[in-house]
Amino acid sequence: MSFGNLKKAYGNVHINKNWCKGCGFCVQYCPTNALEMSKGYNAKGYHPPLVKDAEDCRDCKFCEMVCPEFAIFVTSKKDEG
Amino acid sequence: MSDLSPTPEYSLDDKDFREQNPMAEFLRMERMPHIWCPGCGIGTVVTSFAEAIKAGGYDMDKIAVVSGIGCTGRVAGYVKFDSFHTTHGRAIPFATGLKLANPELKVVVISGDGDLTSIGGNHLIHAARRNMDMTVICVNNFTYGMTGGQVTPTTPTSANASTTPYGNTEPAFSLPFLVDAAGATYVARWTSLHARNITKSIGEAMKHRGFSFIEVISPCTTLYQRRNRLGDGVSAMEYYREDGEIQHGADTRTVDIGYQGKIAMGKFVDRPRDTYLDAVVKHLTSVIGDDYELYGKTPMEKKAEEEARKSAAGKGESADICEDGC
Amino acid sequence: MAEFPKIVSADPKGVLTGRHFMDGDHALAEGALAAGCRFFAGYPITPSTETAERFAERCPEVGGLFIQMEDEIASITANVGAVWGGKKVMTVTSGPGFSLMMETFGLAAMMEVPMVIADVQRGGPSTGLPTLTAQQDMMQVRWGSHGDYRIIALVPDSPQECFDLAVEAFNLSEIYRVPVFIMTDETVGHMHEKVVIPPAEEIKVVERNWYTGPKEEYRPYKFDGKHGAPMVKAGDGYRFHSTGLTHDERGYPALTAEDNKKLLTHLIQKIDNNADKIIRVEESGLEDADIVVVSYGITSRIAIRAVQVAREQGLKVGFLRLITVWPFCENKIRELAGRVKAIVVPELNYGQIVLEVERAAAGKCKVISVNSCGGAVHDPEEILTAIMEGAK
Repeated sequence: MSFGNLKKAYGNVHINKNWCKGCGFCVQYCPTNALEMSKGYNAKGYHPPLVKDAEDCRDCKFCEMVCPEFAIFVTSKKDEG
Repeated sequence: MSDLSPTPEYSLDDKDFREQNPMAEFLRMERMPHIWCPGCGIGTVVTSFAEAIKAGGYDMDKIAVVSGIGCTGRVAGYVKFDSFHTTHGRAIPFATGLKLANPELKVVVISGDGDLTSIGGNHLIHAARRNMDMTVICVNNFTYGMTGGQVTPTTPTSANASTTPYGNTEPAFSLPFLVDAAGATYVARWTSLHARNITKSIGEAMKHRGFSFIEVISPCTTLYQRRNRLGDGVSAMEYYREDGEIQHGADTRTVDIGYQGKIAMGKFVDRPRDTYLDAVVKHLTSVIGDDYELYGKTPMEKKAEEEARKSAAGKGESADICEDGC
Repeated sequence: MAEFPKIVSADPKGVLTGRHFMDGDHALAEGALAAGCRFFAGYPITPSTETAERFAERCPEVGGLFIQMEDEIASITANVGAVWGGKKVMTVTSGPGFSLMMETFGLAAMMEVPMVIADVQRGGPSTGLPTLTAQQDMMQVRWGSHGDYRIIALVPDSPQECFDLAVEAFNLSEIYRVPVFIMTDETVGHMHEKVVIPPAEEIKVVERNWYTGPKEEYRPYKFDGKHGAPMVKAGDGYRFHSTGLTHDERGYPALTAEDNKKLLTHLIQKIDNNADKIIRVEESGLEDADIVVVSYGITSRIAIRAVQVAREQGLKVGFLRLITVWPFCENKIRELAGRVKAIVVPELNYGQIVLEVERAAAGKCKVISVNSCGGAVHDPEEILTAIMEGAK
């Protein structure tokens, strides 16, 4: 199946490790499974997420939408060049 | 702790993160981080609300957020709009007064299930009956979270709450049914997992003229989930994913939620009806005459307008003089 | 910064200039309209309903909005919201409704919201005597809501004063950003008398203290113990927050004892430190009095008769009518108590303001209360007997 000139979108994930409360929603619902909970923890004892493979992020921004702490957002790679 | 830095996703320092966060223009960043628990869905609702404002192109100066008391009630304190944190159950009459005094405002009430449907129940049904032009977002976590997990009118039968430690014996309200019966003209329900759907509904609700009610089922990890041994936030979200079923246009008589039961979601009601003010203005104009004005201008405002007109005219004149002279 | 307080003439649209024969309830409504009140959320309750009805009739003519809400709590809360929407607001009620509104009076005091509430007092407690007079809510108006705060309460003795004090109440509320109460009663409320409403230019109205500075510098509160910060209204782009929680000058919740001290000190000093500017009384014959009769509202119209009779009998009796009951004129009472034999306090209750008189008198003179269960005004004889008692 040919998709012509369809390009994959990529995103840069930014996480505020101090604001994360380790709920796991971003990890659970990332459609490409690009995130996992880190082994390290922040000052409150929560394990923030980290990006397993930067190439996996498709800039869907669902983690940004679902995070209850406003602790994660995604910028489009094409915007940042 | 050493695992956490310095990987690319943590590259922004605290100050930059606050400034570059897409939520920066919607939140009072100086008050972050907020008080809500890990896994609580209220933050998601706030993000969905912000996305709806972004997409809708509203004049953000004209948006007013009113909330009551409780965890969801704290939303007003975190959003960067003209916002009011009022008394328990009274967000809707406050919002009524605010809207009627300044009809150009877009008033959004964001409050919890206990606040809006228990102590605030009377105000809820009357505002719906009047089709008061406002959007009410009810975050329903089936409990009074802030005070330690007591039963509310939406707590499903048999659930455990701190004031029903042997299990709730009362039937719960079906909120879409209640507000539909009371006269609400836009009714929708989603869960906090369905963030994009919430955004779309809020967008429609804010454009809708009349009483819009959006129920968002949300986890309360510390009280409801824990007291009922239902796991953490992810367990709740999985329940929403498994048992949430989109039923746009469903009969609101059929959308009640049993304990861990099916959650019917979607837009249930969307009908046009004159808002309260529409009806008042229409009727009084027909009774009193075409010169009826809802508020009219005070002498001060008339004087200010007159002066503004004069100075604008004056500027026109002096510009001509300048052109001749320069 | 704009001058403050900014005093202007009333908007002629709301002024029913002329000589009228109207009752106190109607005069209250006319006074409010003259003062610029353009929003009224209310609920019917005897004996105050006539004010709401008058508003409902007059609002469309004047360019205002009347809404009958589902209960008193909704009414008073809608009024607080309407203030933040930029309007001058009023509601009226009586005992049972007054009790229902109590929580929100606290919210109004906490948010420093200018508004006027009239309590047309009737016999209580509970449903009591809906159609008969009393003055049983005088302490409740001062202490009714939980927490520490201050309010202003005015007491008219006639329909004319209902009009005049309504205007005064709005002015005081705007200057001090505080809820102001008009404590009438069923007799004054339902009594028809001549009410003269002057031309609009002669009625002086205080404009709301609108903020005019730069947006970034705006703070919704200023804990200066004087009259607080200038106000804005929602929709003007200030993006402010206001809460019933203890807060700081930004309006954000600030929940420590220290924050509470700053806030409450301001709420209390705002009124206490300005008491001498706020308090109004009517007095006669105080200079050489042996006995003083202190009264307020409808009772003062009976008390003055008793005072006249006592003077005719040769007694040196002074008459002090409290127009402002809260803040209480304790300095005046203190001064009187130091030189008179007795102070007689008739009221249509079992002794409420007399407690303040006793407190201020501090035992320096006799204090004789002439109580009543309410339901009917005093007989001048009762007050005369008390004056005789004081003269002994």
